[in-house]
Amino acid sequence: MLILTCPYCGIHCDETELANGGEAHLKREGPGSSDDAFEAYLFDRDNPMGVHFERWRHANGCGKWFLAARDTVTMEVFGTYKAQSIEPPAEIVERIRAKRPDWEGRA
Amino acid sequence: MSDVQPALGGAEFDGAGARVVEMPPKGMITLRGSPDEIGAAVADATGCAVPGQREITFEGEFALGWMSPDEFLLMCPRDEVGTCLKSLGETLAGSHHLAVDVSDARAVFSIAGPGAREVLARLCPVDLASTAFGPGEIRRSRIAQVPAAFWIDANDDIKLICFRSVARYAFDVLCGAAKGEPVGVLR
Repeated sequence: MLILTCPYCGIHCDETELANGGEAHLKREGPGSSDDAFEAYLFDRDNPMGVHFERWRHANGCGKWFLAARDTVTMEVFGTYKAQSIEPPAEIVERIRAKRPDWEGRA
Repeated sequence: MSDVQPALGGAEFDGAGARVVEMPPKGMITLRGSPDEIGAAVADATGCAVPGQREITFEGEFALGWMSPDEFLLMCPRDEVGTCLKSLGETLAGSHHLAVDVSDARAVFSIAGPGAREVLARLCPVDLASTAFGPGEIRRSRIAQVPAAFWIDANDDIKLICFRSVARYAFDVLCGAAKGEPVGVLR
């Protein structure tokens, strides 16, 4: 069972209280972008075995979107942070590097 | 005005560990905006203290619950809704906010008795030990498959709100959970 802490209401939410929103930190490609970039924005998703950044919504709760860094194999959660973040906070990246020295960083 | 009817006509159930009762509909107002501004306006209109994160405050017939960082739920007697909305509208005029009468949106249940915490513990992914969840706290979660919120009121009863459209389902699962004898671990 995955347990994530909602950064907005501080609750340690059971996975069943949350809704998954797919990969985090996608850059939107809008008007003026190339077809390839737009296609990648729509369809290209990372599916790593290991460190992954995801969007979650506290659906049965405060209703807010937040972001989480976790390991898809061990289910270890490195941290959660607000959806208004453009990239993962430094302390979470540090924590990941400490625990996963082989991690190559975000693509 | 037409008579206000509870969704299930005030259904009641006596279980082994707890009694589940559908309460008469409450007046409810959803408030969104900057917590400082709407908090001050509600305090002005009702006397309720501004609740912190996951808190609920009471003042006489009024209750003010923290729903999310930018949302409060004001509960009041049904016939006070108009007065409250008017007063809030006047205080908040000019600031970006939302204050809407949602009195018809929800059903209210009371779960009372020594096994009340266990009834919820059987349905919600929430730690209901008294050390983890106590009076003055409001918790939004789910009961079985529907969203709900609950708190502990002055008589140590649990009050639970859910959407009126799922009132029958909520009542049925609450009754099912209240049927069993209390295990006695949650006090």
